[in-house]
Amino acid sequence: MNTIEVHELTKKFGDFTAVDSISFDVATGEVLGFLGANGAGKTTAMRMLCGLSKPSSGQGRVAGFDIVRQPEQIKKNIGYMSQKFSLYEDLKVWENIRLFAGIYGMENRLIATKTDEMLHRLGFASEKNTIVKTLPLGWKQKLAFSVSIFHEPKIVFLDEPTGGVDPITRRQFWELIYQAAHRGITLFVTTHYMDEAEYCNRISMMVDGRIEALGTPKQLKQQFQATSIDEVFRKLARKAVRNE
Amino acid sequence: MGKTQQFSAFIKKEFRHIFRDRRSMLILLGMPIIQIILFGFAITTEVKNAQVAVFDPSNDIATQRIIHRLHASEYFHIAYYPNHPEDINQLFQEGKIQLAILFNDHFDQRLKHTGDASVQLLADATDPNQASIMVGYASNILAAFQQEWMQECRIPLQIIPEIRMLYNPQMKGAYNFVPGVMGLILMLICAMMTSIAIVREKETGTMEVLLASPIKPGYVIFSKVIPYFSLSVVNLITILLLSVFVLGVPVSGSLFWLVIVSFLFITVALSLGILISTIVRTQVAAMLISGMALMMPVMLLSGMIFPVENMPLILQGLSHIVPAKWFILAVKKLMIEGLALRFVLKEFAILALMALLLITVSLKKFKVRLS
Repeated sequence: MNTIEVHELTKKFGDFTAVDSISFDVATGEVLGFLGANGAGKTTAMRMLCGLSKPSSGQGRVAGFDIVRQPEQIKKNIGYMSQKFSLYEDLKVWENIRLFAGIYGMENRLIATKTDEMLHRLGFASEKNTIVKTLPLGWKQKLAFSVSIFHEPKIVFLDEPTGGVDPITRRQFWELIYQAAHRGITLFVTTHYMDEAEYCNRISMMVDGRIEALGTPKQLKQQFQATSIDEVFRKLARKAVRNE
Repeated sequence: MGKTQQFSAFIKKEFRHIFRDRRSMLILLGMPIIQIILFGFAITTEVKNAQVAVFDPSNDIATQRIIHRLHASEYFHIAYYPNHPEDINQLFQEGKIQLAILFNDHFDQRLKHTGDASVQLLADATDPNQASIMVGYASNILAAFQQEWMQECRIPLQIIPEIRMLYNPQMKGAYNFVPGVMGLILMLICAMMTSIAIVREKETGTMEVLLASPIKPGYVIFSKVIPYFSLSVVNLITILLLSVFVLGVPVSGSLFWLVIVSFLFITVALSLGILISTIVRTQVAAMLISGMALMMPVMLLSGMIFPVENMPLILQGLSHIVPAKWFILAVKKLMIEGLALRFVLKEFAILALMALLLITVSLKKFKVRLS
């Protein structure tokens, strides 16, 4: 079963074609790495899938809902974590959880029990009343991710979630991602770190608004006769005409 | 149930943002107090203890009585009695006096017999407002003397002008600037703070997260507006209390309609804030635009400091689109002059129209930005 199905999705801004007729499927519980140089159209594609932007042409279904006609239904069933830190720095840990869970319409009592459970699992139980600003960046990112899947979405979009985080925390972060995938949540991840891309079930590489390669890390390395995803990426990126 | 819970969680969040930021809180709540005190006691257009030189070659009973009256008023302090009129120039140049009064010789004699007694008033008009105020005060004192003197001499058939300063008998500056400060503060807090609060979410990236969530954009905006609306109400109360009890400016008209027109103005200012937030991307830009595009017109074109009637036609026309101008006019009528509602219908209508227009435009712009 597929959580995301996209067919010839295109987005134009005037004469500029940001996303050029992309088609792909993502299976439930899959971790898809969405790669591409800056300006390749990753963010635009992701915004369309999240219901934040209307496609110029093409169709797509996310979590079973049409991205053109049912963006509101999609929003209820997805989680989103942006490349900038996506929690409120001047609110306490529990206040952030409470706020976002409230936005997704969760019951107060359920929020309370789930909050304790989640903080305990992350080893954050003592930080419940801490103002988020004072937490280390790595903790913030883990917290932001946990908040984005708090309402049990069918799919979560992570836009460069590990930017500026040290390797150990990144490793821990990916463990959280696997746990979520194991629970049946589909993960759509954009990243700049090529070593991270190797952790994904499948990788899509965008060049100039088109998907130039799509497959498991192993398949891609074979296809491009490369030893690492980094090399695959560089071979593809060389073809790019568009400047940033 | 879900919706109201969502909404209340959101409003709580906005209040937390404000209350956790101690410095902003201090500015928000302290600003009206400081402004009122500053305008009320420090910055004043009233003249007190102006330094005066009197050239009095007559030195007779009439001139003495006039000088005595001048001296007794709190406006003038007679500092110099030069012997030659030429000395007066020197005094002006050295900045020692702001006003000089010159009598002609044999003043009393001329007054009684030939009728050509004259007094010359010289004022330092580098500050024209102050000069005209001083000359006005001095003329009033001279007129009062003349009246008294005429009554003593029982000259019939005279015109005695009876002057009354309506609505503001003591000519207090506070009567003019309290409405102005109200316009300024409410505009500042509502427009500037709302636009900054919305743009901050764009800057930090939380706006993206909110837009990707099922919450409606209208809710996001509306919940931003509510805390600033309540803060403005607190400020409104502070200003009114201060002006009544500290500055002695009464609310002579209907308090109810004064509050209603203030709410209307707050609505206009809030929608301006939303509009600004849809145009700019950074908090600094939001602050600059609110400062330049909102504060300056309020200060300069609303009639708060400079009378609009004396401006070139273009500026007068421009002043019509400054919401604060209409608000200040309405407040003056309702609060100072104590007029009934029917005299401020025009101001109400204009402000209501502006509010409607701004809300429509800013909500539309906010939606457009999303797609």
